[in-house]
Amino acid sequence: METFLQQTLNGLVSGSIYALVALGYTMVYGILGLINFAHGELVMIGALVALQTVTLLNAAVPGLHPVILLLAGVAVAVPVCMAVGYLIERIGYRRLRNAPRLAPLITAIGVSFLLQTLAMIIWGREFHVFPQLVSTTPMQPMDGVVVSPLQIFTIVVAFALMGGLMLLVNKSRLGRAMRATAENHRVAGLMGINANGVIAATFIIGSGLAALAGVLFASNYAIAHYAMGFTPGLKAFTAAVLGGIGNLPGAMVGGLVLGLVESFGAGYIEHLTFGFLNSSYQDIFAFMILGAVLIFRPSGLLGERVADRA
Amino acid sequence: MTTTSSALPLPASFAFDRRVQRPLVILLALAAPLIALAMGKSWVRVLDFALLYVLLAIGLNLVVGFAGLLDLGYIAFYAVGAYTWAFLASPHFGIHLPFWIVLPLGAAFAALAGIALGFPTLRLRGDYLAIVTLGFGEIIRIFMNNLNQPINITNGPQGIDSIDPLTIAGLDLSRDLDLFGFQISSLLLYYYAFLACVVFAIILVRRLQISRIGRAWAAIRDDELAAKAIGIDTRMMKLLAFALGATFGGVSGGLFAAFQGFVSPESFSLMESIVVLTMIVLGGMGNLAGVIVGAIMLTALPELLRHFAVPMQMALFGKTLLDPEVLRMLLLSLAMIVMMLVRPAGLLPARTRYAHRDRRNA
Amino acid sequence: MKQNKLIFALAAATLAAGAVQAKEVVVRIGHAGPLTGPAAAFGKDGENGARLAIEDANAKGIKIGGDTVKFELVSEDDQADPRTATTVAQRLTDSGVKGVVGHVTSGASIPASRIYEQAGIPVITPSSTSPKLTQQGYKMTFRVIANDLQQGNALGKYAVDQLKAKKIAVIDDRTAYGQGLADAFANSVKTSGGQIAGREFTNDKATDFMAILTKIKAMNPDAVFYGGMDAQAAPLARQMKQLGMTAKLLTGDGGCTGEMIKMAGDALSATTFCTQAGIPLDKMPGGAAFRTQFKQRFGNDIHVYAPYAYDAMMSVIEAMKTANSVEPAKYQPALRSLAYQGVTGPVAFDDKGDIKGGSITVYNFDAGKWAPLQTIQ
Repeated sequence: METFLQQTLNGLVSGSIYALVALGYTMVYGILGLINFAHGELVMIGALVALQTVTLLNAAVPGLHPVILLLAGVAVAVPVCMAVGYLIERIGYRRLRNAPRLAPLITAIGVSFLLQTLAMIIWGREFHVFPQLVSTTPMQPMDGVVVSPLQIFTIVVAFALMGGLMLLVNKSRLGRAMRATAENHRVAGLMGINANGVIAATFIIGSGLAALAGVLFASNYAIAHYAMGFTPGLKAFTAAVLGGIGNLPGAMVGGLVLGLVESFGAGYIEHLTFGFLNSSYQDIFAFMILGAVLIFRPSGLLGERVADRA
Repeated sequence: MTTTSSALPLPASFAFDRRVQRPLVILLALAAPLIALAMGKSWVRVLDFALLYVLLAIGLNLVVGFAGLLDLGYIAFYAVGAYTWAFLASPHFGIHLPFWIVLPLGAAFAALAGIALGFPTLRLRGDYLAIVTLGFGEIIRIFMNNLNQPINITNGPQGIDSIDPLTIAGLDLSRDLDLFGFQISSLLLYYYAFLACVVFAIILVRRLQISRIGRAWAAIRDDELAAKAIGIDTRMMKLLAFALGATFGGVSGGLFAAFQGFVSPESFSLMESIVVLTMIVLGGMGNLAGVIVGAIMLTALPELLRHFAVPMQMALFGKTLLDPEVLRMLLLSLAMIVMMLVRPAGLLPARTRYAHRDRRNA
Repeated sequence: MKQNKLIFALAAATLAAGAVQAKEVVVRIGHAGPLTGPAAAFGKDGENGARLAIEDANAKGIKIGGDTVKFELVSEDDQADPRTATTVAQRLTDSGVKGVVGHVTSGASIPASRIYEQAGIPVITPSSTSPKLTQQGYKMTFRVIANDLQQGNALGKYAVDQLKAKKIAVIDDRTAYGQGLADAFANSVKTSGGQIAGREFTNDKATDFMAILTKIKAMNPDAVFYGGMDAQAAPLARQMKQLGMTAKLLTGDGGCTGEMIKMAGDALSATTFCTQAGIPLDKMPGGAAFRTQFKQRFGNDIHVYAPYAYDAMMSVIEAMKTANSVEPAKYQPALRSLAYQGVTGPVAFDDKGDIKGGSITVYNFDAGKWAPLQTIQ
């Protein structure tokens, strides 16, 4: 039982990070019908820029409070990622908005690898230590289950951000414009909405969330690396599809479910398959879910849209 | 007759007299390893690998270029071919079958894998298909990496070594051939064996392209709904594209296993799929000649970078600022982006009479 | 302009004449390893070790077959990539090298060894520790360092006998290195009378080990062994601490690095152990002198494998001296029966080409660095 609760907690932590990243995928897909393959790299850029800021600031003004360092890191990483996200849209995707579908997808893959390579040139190939600015000292709320303040912090921040985004999309003017553009960006344009501006705003918001997810990810695992964004990106995409791509609550549910599946999968698959499969298959759960969802329920758990949007 | 459209469709600037062009290409293909030999055997080895990639690119082009189905897990079929050869012609299971059994079997297994992937994904298109195929490629790799327990099938991450070389009619291609006192390098023997496969593949694909099947693929690529409306069995055709494309991957994989003598799951990473995709994007999706040029260019690229980029940086800055590996990644990713933005049809665009490249609303 | 040419020609002629007088023969020996890419530091280290050996040998003016031999290093970059390694091996054999020191990584050494075997050129690796390399039955493949099998065996026995660990959980990263090491370790634990509480798996790109660690925690083992590299071992150590696990953490040489100490931070403690193939530099017979000489020549410290590359190169040269020939076919038997006192200790090969009595050292984390505990032969 303790193990079960512990695994649930593990799953919630990684799941809430997946959910944050998944929101970026789902927003862009909802509005453009495009998988922004490079979205995962924004997570990486967010983490590395925050690390760079924290390191420089710590060297310039030693002895600052960890919370100030963390806020400073976020304050630099978020705008940088927003700028990168905007540039990707402006340079890479805007011209291809009406091109055959393969073209923007191939560009997106190219952008993803380009960002990785540039990060490798700037920050090198080595793994960097990301300072744990929130305490990781384990607390024991009940026998056999441990939780650290950092884990609670991660879950709380992720949920707060998701709530904020929901408010923005459902209540604000910009949100209404985004929803209109997602329905049909030509018609939205006729209604006086600046579709290009709304699309750019979507990329910028998604990128900001990715930057925050990057900081959370790096703090949790105390590591930052030029290739750290690719796998979480892919998994977050799976989460978005699982929840029903284009659907914001779906992305959150999808992220949490994926986190839990991975955690329980690694923990229990050996018993479930009588020792035939084991934790070495942890990484295929995401892909299996993805395949199964697309084939059997392409609209996802909370889906509105159909997968095959012609 | 449709011979005009069946010939390698080169852009106008290349289209000098076809009677000159074809023998020239053939001559170049035959003489290339001899020229490379003069620069050192290692260049012949590069050419050998280039031909394997040409085979892969031709196969992927069937799926992506002809049928318009973006496959990001193509390397899985290469892996299936390579592992089939490794299982059936190595001390791993103690089985040593000849190539004319192993190679077709590898191709057949790859084709089956292609159908296995194609069947459930028939309904998907575009980006969804891309991501599911990507997942498929990873699943295959993860299984190969882990199927050494509970029973040892693939030998896990250790890979399989001492794989039998390609032996044709008693002639072991991995040894230098002593012909009337002349030493013919094993690498040359492999080159011509691979070249034969590539030529066979080219002929086959060109025939396919102008057949009913090829036209059906083009119709599906350009507008699936319309294709369905005019009575094309799109399910069948897509499956066929997957199966045939996979077959080429399987053959290439088998030859790779024989040539390298060692296979391990790390040779079949996602990056390899992306590299093959870049080859066809760079050369020109749907165009055989372009795809071949793209494959050769990108296989030779790392070698060229090592030879020229490093000494050049040393001369300019006194040290190596960018590793050849980093440069390669940089060029690959830029190639994908720039090609799509500036020249989406590739360096040598497809010019078949039914392939229209009009912009289509998403 | 003309004058310049004349002077140049004269100079060349004098040089040539000089060479003829001394009866110098140039013998080229290759070195192959990653000089660019993520493993470049290891490759450079090996290259420098090999270069130092060549310079030492040239300074002695070694005579083989009546001629003074001038050795020359041909260095190639294999980027630690299996396919590039075969191209590089081809290039080295083409350029007429008489022997090769390399490759540095196992993934490169294994496919390359086939090419050297066919060309009949001896190759001695200073650092590839995969057991598979010498299990292929090749006559030309040698290794001057203990392999992963020996390392896993040593640590497994040490864990049970010295650390008194009864129940041990094993994790590996599903790479050739990690899995090989973990298998050897697990077998050794069992034969030493210990119990493997569970086998868990991750991959070499993972960062989250919470799920498998939670499972392991429930088994309540005395120790956890991780077969893999420092980039994963460090977050693994942190997450063990985060989960409040008190089991000892054991790793092989992949986690026995300075990076591990840097990345794992306060998660390391006196209950963290690791192994390195070979013996600590200070305990090597010629270690201290080698360190000074290396630093003087190249201006930087030894990374890890330079002494082994030095010994590998010296083994080739010693075998040439014994056989009184620089031809591979002639000196290869001498290499087989070599008995040479190297920087790292005595070098002699068994019939597979592995070093005889290669040693393994167990280290313990102590006051911010790895302190050698015991060297196992």
